[in-house]
Amino acid sequence: MKNDAVFVYSPDLLNYKFNDNHPFNQLRVQLAYELLKDSGCLHEDQIVLPRKATDDEIMLIHDKGYVDAVQKAGDGKLSKEIALNYGLGTEDTPIFTNMHEASSWVVGATLTAVDWVMEGKAKHALSLSGGLHHGFRGKASGFCIYNDSSIAIEYMKQKYKARVLYVDTDAHHGDGVQWAFYDDPDVCTLSIHETGRYLFPGTGSIHEKGAGKGYGYSFNVPVDAFTEDESFLECYEKSLWEVADFFKPDVIITQNGVDAHYYDPLTHLSVTMKTYTEIPKIAKKVAEKYCEGRWIATGGGGYDIWRVVPRAWAYLWCVMNNHVPTGQIAENWLSRWDQEAKHPLPRTWEDESGIYKPIPRKEEITSKNRATLEKSLFSIRKSS
Amino acid sequence: MIVQNMMQKNVVTIHANETIGAALKLMLEKDVRNLPVTDEAGHLLGLVTDREVKDASPSIFHQNEHVEDFEKPVSTIMKSAVFTAHPFDIAEELSQIFYEENISCIPVLDENRLVGLVTERDMLHAFIQLTGTHQPGSHLEIAVPNQAGQLAKVASVLKDFHLNISSVLVYPSLNENEKIIVFRVGTMNPLPVIEHLIEYGYEVKWPPIPGENHEK
Repeated sequence: MKNDAVFVYSPDLLNYKFNDNHPFNQLRVQLAYELLKDSGCLHEDQIVLPRKATDDEIMLIHDKGYVDAVQKAGDGKLSKEIALNYGLGTEDTPIFTNMHEASSWVVGATLTAVDWVMEGKAKHALSLSGGLHHGFRGKASGFCIYNDSSIAIEYMKQKYKARVLYVDTDAHHGDGVQWAFYDDPDVCTLSIHETGRYLFPGTGSIHEKGAGKGYGYSFNVPVDAFTEDESFLECYEKSLWEVADFFKPDVIITQNGVDAHYYDPLTHLSVTMKTYTEIPKIAKKVAEKYCEGRWIATGGGGYDIWRVVPRAWAYLWCVMNNHVPTGQIAENWLSRWDQEAKHPLPRTWEDESGIYKPIPRKEEITSKNRATLEKSLFSIRKSS
Repeated sequence: MIVQNMMQKNVVTIHANETIGAALKLMLEKDVRNLPVTDEAGHLLGLVTDREVKDASPSIFHQNEHVEDFEKPVSTIMKSAVFTAHPFDIAEELSQIFYEENISCIPVLDENRLVGLVTERDMLHAFIQLTGTHQPGSHLEIAVPNQAGQLAKVASVLKDFHLNISSVLVYPSLNENEKIIVFRVGTMNPLPVIEHLIEYGYEVKWPPIPGENHEK
C-alpha cells in the first residue's frame, strides 16, 4: 500500500555537530521528532531508516579533491592551510571528528527520501537533517559541508530522468544549489530569502536568472529586512504557483529553513508560525497539481532551536499528513525540555500575537517586496 | 587593482581603411560597442564607437537613402583624440576619467601598441570585486570616530574572532565627527563579533542585534 508520507530518521543523523558553541545544532531534529511522537502525530510505521550515501553519490556534485579533504580533515590529517582552501576549519564550518561520515549520513537520508518518493512507495518524504544548501562543489560554506539538496537533484536527474523544481524558503539565499544547476534547463530553482544586501551569502538578486541553456530557470525573490507573514507568504505563494506552472516539474524538492522567523538570531525577517503552516500547505497543493503529489522536503537553517524549529518542522510533517495541530503543546515534551531550553518554551502551537513591536515601515516593505516579485517573475509573465 | 588585471585582452579592432559598413557588421557580430582603429603594427590610430556609426547611418525612416555612405572608410568618422591608459595605471584613476570625461571605453597602450581595452562594464566589474560581493559573506556597518587608528582597532576585533575580511570600505558619514566602516566578512554568524564591538563602545549600524525592529 502506498504511504502518504514517510519520515526519514535515525540517531546517526545527529552526529553532524561542529561544537557546543556552534549555532548549527541538530538537537533541533531530535526535538522536532520527539514533539511529533509526543503529540501522537508520528507513528512507527511512518518512520524509515536512512542509509549512508556512497562517495560516488557525493561526487555527483562534489569534486574528488574536496571529498578527500573532508575525509582527511575528519581523521585529523589535513593541514590547516589546505583545509582553509576548502572552506574547512573556519568559524562557520569547523573541523570535527568523522565529519565525512556524519555528512554522508545526512546526504543518504535525503537520498532515502528521494527513493521512497520516486519509486512510488510514498507520495511525500521528509528528511529534516538535510537542506544544507550552501555547500559548493569544492568548498564548504555557511555551516554546510556536502550539499544534500544538490546531490539529491542530480541523483533524481540521472536515476529517474526527472525535471526537478527546487524551492527554498530559508532566510538565506540557496546559493549552492543555484550555482550547481545554473546552466541546466532541466532543474529550476526558486529561492525566497532576505535580501543579500547585508545578509550572508550576499547573492540571490532578481538578476541572477541562470546562464546559457539554463537562462530563465533560476528565480530569486529577495525580500526586505523586517518582512512579515502576509508579505512573505504573498511572495512565496505567487512565485511558487507561477514558476511551477511555467516549468511543469516531475517532482518538487523543498528546502525548509525556518530562520526567517522573528525569533531567529541570525536573520532580520519577522515572520511567525503562521508562515510555517502555510508554506507546506501550498507546496503540497502544487505537488498534487503538477507532480502527482511527488514532494521531498528537507530541513535547512533554523537557529532558535527551542522556540521555532521544533514546532515549525513538526507542522511540515503534519501538513504532509493533512493535519494541522493547534492549541496546547504536549505536556510531556515541555516537561522533558523545559530545564535545558535557553528560552522559555512556547506553550501553544501558534505564536501569541504581539511577539514583536509593530514594524513602522510595514507598508513600504510590502510595496517594495511586491515590486521585487513583479521583476522576478517578469520573464515568465511576459510570455503568457 | 592595476589596469592590466581588469582590462579585456582580446580586443576586437578594425583597420583604418575598412568601411563603415564593415564596422557596423563587426559590432553586431561580436556584440561590442567600441572598435579601436589600428594600423598593421597594432598602433592605435583612433576609436569608433556605436555613436559614430549611428551618426553616419541613415535614419530608420530613410533606410535606403545614401547607403553609399557605408562604403566610406572608418577613418572618416573615427575619433583620433582618445583617452588612453597604461597597463600599470590603477583602477581608481580610470574611474575618475570615465566619470569626468563621460566616455564609454579607454584603450590601453603599451609603447603605443594596443594591448587591451577597459569598458564601463569592466570598470563596474572591478568595483564588484573591490566590494567583495562576489564571495559569500555578511555585511557589517560600524560607525567610528573620525580619528586615526580606528580601522586597525576594529579590524583587530575581527581578527580575534578569526573572521576573514573579503573587503573594507570607509564611507564618509553625514556627521563629520564620525566615519562608517563597511566590512564584508566570510561568515554566516557575525553575532559574536557584533556583541563584542558593542561592548567596546562602537555603534554597529547594521545588522541590528536580535529583538530590535528598527533601523538606526
